[in-house]
Amino acid sequence: MRHIISLLLENEAGALSRVAGLFSARAYNIESLTVAPTEDASLSRLTIVTTGSDEIIEQITKQLNKLIDVVKVVDLSEAAHIERELMLIKVRASGKDREEMKRMADIFRGRIIDVTESTYVIELTGSGSKLDSFIQAIDADLILETVRTGVSGIGRGDRILKV
Amino acid sequence: MTLMTGAEIVIRCLQEEKVDYVFGYPGGAVLHLYDELFKQDQVKHVLVRHEQAAVHAADGLARSTGQVGVALVTSGPGATNAVTGIATAYMDSIPLVVITGQVPTFYIGQDAFQEVDSVGITRHCVKHNFLIKDVRDIATTLKKAFYIARTGRPGPVVVDIPKDVTAAKCKFDYPAEIRMRSYNPVVKGHLGQIKKAVGLLLNAKRPVLYTGGGVVLANAAEQLTALTRRLGFPITNTLMGLGGYPASDPQYLGMLGMHGTLEANLAMQHSDVVLAIGTRFDDRVIGNPDHFTGMPRKIIHIDIDPSSISKRVRVDVPIVGNVAEVLEEMLKLVEAESDKPDVSEWWSEIEGWRERQCLKYKMDQEIMPQYVIEKLWEVTGGKAIVASDVGQHQMWAAQYYRFDEPRRWLNSGGLGTMGVGLPYAMGAAIGNPDKQVACITGDGSIQMCIQELSTAKQYGLPIKILCLNNRFLGMVRQWQEMFYDGRYSHTYMDSLPDFVKLAEAYGHIGIRIDRPEEVEPALRKAFVEHKNETVFLDIRTSREANVFPMVAAGKGLSEIILAEDL
Repeated sequence: MRHIISLLLENEAGALSRVAGLFSARAYNIESLTVAPTEDASLSRLTIVTTGSDEIIEQITKQLNKLIDVVKVVDLSEAAHIERELMLIKVRASGKDREEMKRMADIFRGRIIDVTESTYVIELTGSGSKLDSFIQAIDADLILETVRTGVSGIGRGDRILKV
Repeated sequence: MTLMTGAEIVIRCLQEEKVDYVFGYPGGAVLHLYDELFKQDQVKHVLVRHEQAAVHAADGLARSTGQVGVALVTSGPGATNAVTGIATAYMDSIPLVVITGQVPTFYIGQDAFQEVDSVGITRHCVKHNFLIKDVRDIATTLKKAFYIARTGRPGPVVVDIPKDVTAAKCKFDYPAEIRMRSYNPVVKGHLGQIKKAVGLLLNAKRPVLYTGGGVVLANAAEQLTALTRRLGFPITNTLMGLGGYPASDPQYLGMLGMHGTLEANLAMQHSDVVLAIGTRFDDRVIGNPDHFTGMPRKIIHIDIDPSSISKRVRVDVPIVGNVAEVLEEMLKLVEAESDKPDVSEWWSEIEGWRERQCLKYKMDQEIMPQYVIEKLWEVTGGKAIVASDVGQHQMWAAQYYRFDEPRRWLNSGGLGTMGVGLPYAMGAAIGNPDKQVACITGDGSIQMCIQELSTAKQYGLPIKILCLNNRFLGMVRQWQEMFYDGRYSHTYMDSLPDFVKLAEAYGHIGIRIDRPEEVEPALRKAFVEHKNETVFLDIRTSREANVFPMVAAGKGLSEIILAEDL
């Protein structure tokens, strides 16, 4: 099953490699990993999307908790949560494709943030599956480049991950 | 307050931590540190002959005394040589602080002479590691290092210190206490879970206690013994747990697992309640988890490390906490019950297995290795600290030297590192000057750290080395005999040194033993006549003796093979 694990990490040199190294050393799967400092500069927040059986996810959270630099771990997917991912996608936009591409961006509530005579860069935010759908909805030959941030997640309502 | 150099601060920190011995090897990046060591005599330095042995010796001291072991090595090759020692300690949860020198901060990343990314290289085999980039961080970081190493599930901590940081100056202020928001090991067990566990135990029909190295690490042997005796249940120890319960006690079934006894393995397999303490159901104990869990039983598991619980075998009652504290709580609850559970039927079943005498062996003209261990036990009154290397001799030592107390048995259980025996014995001899120290090794293992005979001479360490010399890499040969149709691929040592002459070359006493009747007199000579010297006993044992019983890799506990089955 797919799980979204969120953690707070001491903002120390090498802390990220401890987390990434744990996943590779124990042969756990990482679908995506995002990291950035929080409003408290001494802490970073990571969101890891991983898949595995319940036993594996249990081990992952236990092993993460065991890392000295890890302050808190939650499995966001255990309860109501929101996930978002940002994608920048550069597409060919010339001739008849130009109007079509604009229309598709609108349908997916994307924004065109860079324009040249023959290309657009579209910014798109949403769940991972929404971004996948956009990629599937447009002509694959028109895609020049994509970059995705990986998933960021947060619990709904009173679920708060804070020190 | 006067300013101190980083090097002075490091040594002052070691003094504050009451470190008596540092095992190490000097080099460019640690010159400032060695200069400060030279200027004081509170922290004594033991010069090894290879950095791997420095870490093993610190580890041997830690295992035998319960203190945090300390090693000091230089950057680059000093650090990489130390890695095997660090990984060995990590697998067995041994508290160490390993200080590695590093090239100056302004050289880091430039492929400087003797530069390696020590923190990166050791990341996977330490409990935690640090790179100190500012002299003002030394005291707090070392305080954290010792705290992390010894608390919770213990383990090695590497502290990498660049040379310029040891030369820079600042005020010295050693923190009295340290608090870390990201590291708060649980100590007390959950009382509700403990009650649940006691309820299961008191109603068990076929209970067994299965205990590991965690009992030794938590200094919980006393509590374990009290609880086990009160319950009247059978108990088995893992390889790492030997000495956690007195082996001469009738409730003790011997070691379990791959080379465990018939009675211990069958008791585990046929149990209805298992109380697992400070142990981790690893593949050398439970070779086949599905086979084990195929029979219905309830499992209670006490461990300080939550990730050890339900890792290979799902448990019913997990209890996270310090083993000693949890056992004390359990004992209180059990003692409050007036009746002892009646497990007499279970015991008579176990006695039936015991009568098979799975450890018996035949001896004729050749020296049987098992016999050597039995004689060692007799000559040392069962009181020696026994440091073992890795291989057949390790298993025989575990099976035939009956450890009645913890911290007497030192071996690399998790990583299985050949070469640990002699440096472990060195650490034990230095940490326990009043005790007899034996190193049980083989002709393969001893050569992996044999240079340490020189260290043993320099410090006059009274170690008795029993080299069970079968002219084979015995454990691998045994597997080749059993599972590879006897094709002995590269397990034969064609040009062994003359160990007696070698020992003598290092300034020690060497004795060669060829016949069974020579074993005991030679041991007495070593332990009595040459009490204060290093003695190397080159014992020519039966070449193709095998370790039995054996549960082959991946097999179930009841698929155990006895010597008589073959």
